[in-house]
Amino acid sequence: MSAAEEVVAEGHQAVEAVPKRAMTLGTGTSLVVLAALLIVPMFVKNFVIFQMTMLLIYGLAVLALNILTGGSGQFSLGQSAFYAVGAYTSAVLMEHANINYALTIPISAVVCFGFGYLFGKPALRLSGVYLALATFALATAMPQLLKLNFLEHWTGGVQGLVVTKPDAPFGLPMSQDTWLYYFTLIVTIAIYIFSVNLLRSRSGRAFMAIRDNEIAASSMGVNVALYKTLAFGVSAGITGVAGSLGAIAVQFVAPDSYTITLAISLFLGMVVGGVGWLPGSFVGAAFIIFVPNMAESISKGLSGAVFGVLLFLVIYLVPHGARQIAILGQQFAGKLKKN
Amino acid sequence: MPAVTGKLAAASLALALIAASASTASAQKKYDTGATDTEIKIGNIMPYSGPASAYGIIGRTEAAYFKKINEEGGINGRKINFVSYDDAYSPPKTVEQARKLVESDEVLLIFNSLGTPPNSAIQKYMNSKKVPQLFVATGATKWNDPQNFPWTMGWQPNYQSETQIYAKYILKEMPNAKIGVLYQNDDYGKDYLKGLKDGLGAKAASMIVLEESYETSEPTIDNHIVKMKATGADVFINITTPKFAAQAIKKISEIGWKPTHFLNNVSASVGSVIKPAGFENSQDIISAAYLKDVSDPQWKDDAGMKAFLEFMTKYFPEGDKLDGGTIVGYGVAQTLVEALKKCGDNLTRENVMKQAASLKDFRTEVLLPGIKINTGANDFAPISSLQLMKFKGEKWDLFGDVISADAGG
Repeated sequence: MSAAEEVVAEGHQAVEAVPKRAMTLGTGTSLVVLAALLIVPMFVKNFVIFQMTMLLIYGLAVLALNILTGGSGQFSLGQSAFYAVGAYTSAVLMEHANINYALTIPISAVVCFGFGYLFGKPALRLSGVYLALATFALATAMPQLLKLNFLEHWTGGVQGLVVTKPDAPFGLPMSQDTWLYYFTLIVTIAIYIFSVNLLRSRSGRAFMAIRDNEIAASSMGVNVALYKTLAFGVSAGITGVAGSLGAIAVQFVAPDSYTITLAISLFLGMVVGGVGWLPGSFVGAAFIIFVPNMAESISKGLSGAVFGVLLFLVIYLVPHGARQIAILGQQFAGKLKKN
Repeated sequence: MPAVTGKLAAASLALALIAASASTASAQKKYDTGATDTEIKIGNIMPYSGPASAYGIIGRTEAAYFKKINEEGGINGRKINFVSYDDAYSPPKTVEQARKLVESDEVLLIFNSLGTPPNSAIQKYMNSKKVPQLFVATGATKWNDPQNFPWTMGWQPNYQSETQIYAKYILKEMPNAKIGVLYQNDDYGKDYLKGLKDGLGAKAASMIVLEESYETSEPTIDNHIVKMKATGADVFINITTPKFAAQAIKKISEIGWKPTHFLNNVSASVGSVIKPAGFENSQDIISAAYLKDVSDPQWKDDAGMKAFLEFMTKYFPEGDKLDGGTIVGYGVAQTLVEALKKCGDNLTRENVMKQAASLKDFRTEVLLPGIKINTGANDFAPISSLQLMKFKGEKWDLFGDVISADAGG
């Protein structure tokens, strides 16, 4: 049993009874969070809006990994490769084929779903650390593949591609950043609802059965090969959408943007947010965006070390990440109600 | 009511006068975001962590140099507030940091941000915001493009000028040369190669007998060198980074190949390339330079070098003097101080670009003798001259005139 499976399996006794609550926030809390996400951009600077957009985008990428690891129990250190494919698909379509940015997003999703599904096929034979290594290889190879000479005409080689930022449609009176934020928010909410429903559906239960015990799952009639590759495909597709949105928000794609560091960041975000707990993905994304900045403001020369210490504290004090804090908060609120 | 009209006229005239004098007073002191009577806020983005973290020393040298300027009274009485962020050489992070500097910290300009991909990522943003992206730390040729990007300016000689200078020399001295080129397979290598081909012009096709590229992930480039020799080339153009340059120098001597060897400036350091490769293997190599090399004994008593070493001892004692990054950081920071001094009390972003684009024969004393910084409205390449040098004994001997080759983007 691998480390992630242990993490997922622990504290899982109550989950089977009420799977929805274990995966998501209560309705009240969800509405409060949604209201905050809708209202805050009206009162903050464009730079903060940009950071919030990046938070949603990385949140989506972490969510995708969460479906794969937390849902079906498979490891991936190669999410940066799917992210890159999504980003480049959008950038190339927008800049060379003049396709509207909104249309490139479903195209990226389909391309990345196919890519992830195909990659999932050979990866079926691997499990645990071996699968992690195979995906790691994918992540390391991707930046070099993007530099290949015969692709350079489209990808711009090492120079990358500059992407034009879209204006708000229908003459809406908002800045490009604000519009992009709301656009990203809509996509994020759609994908979040899709993910929650996916995990609650027959397929989702199949994912979790495979995660908990592959042999038991197959003896119950779950098509293990199909669902494992499907999980890879869905995860890659969502990551691709995040990559597309990322390319549009940052307005630039280059091989150096999608190195193994990105894959590891996403993995980190998932662990910090709580493996298998979908709302935690966004907490994890906040961690990977803001904590390095905090670490840098504490010490420039030792930013890496400070980041390490902070990460260590999180893992040591709350090993199940944001999910654990949420459960503690819930228990505390319950006590208050009784009194 | 003529009297009233007269009074009104007089009053409005007086008002107009006051308004006019007020506006002349404010014309003497004009500020954009990031500049005040007491402070000039300057942003900077460096890879302090990540794959290119070795270059982070440039930012630390600059911070030390601005500290020195502040202790000596600042620029026209204004202290420099140097805000430097880490982007880990990752373009999306560069965009985030640039936006933070411009929109949240509200700096006057971003200075010497490092690397071709990070700078490409923010070039469009900086130009649409009309915030100077001044003296970027990369040698790509595209930064000299004032028509399309009037808010972006380079500093160091671009890679293409350097190989153009080699090409001029080859055409003059060895018109029948058979040239073999080895280059790193990225934007840096390809920029150099383009400069060489442009410089050779129509003869490029017939003179270049072999173009080989290598990846930084290769452990050794020995096989490329052996292949070069087999083509019978008598000129070798070595466009490699320090580790590979040292390997090439050694291998050439090992297999007894004797071409005229041109080594790009990126790897011309005596301390980090020539010495490890062996002085005896490095005789007669030709290169080009624009800065003085700290590890070169000929500058031991040079006034500019002494001032630099004194600065390093006093303000940046933990920095490595032999690291090429410190001398670059020192030189480019001096150039910025010069441009800001010339702005006087008119610290608008427009005027900063205007002054940066009208440097005439400015010299920082770490530049080689005879090399001057010149810019103009259509020339956003501050340093565009280099001098050829040949390795003799244990040091580079400069020869010939300072050669200028301006390549536009």
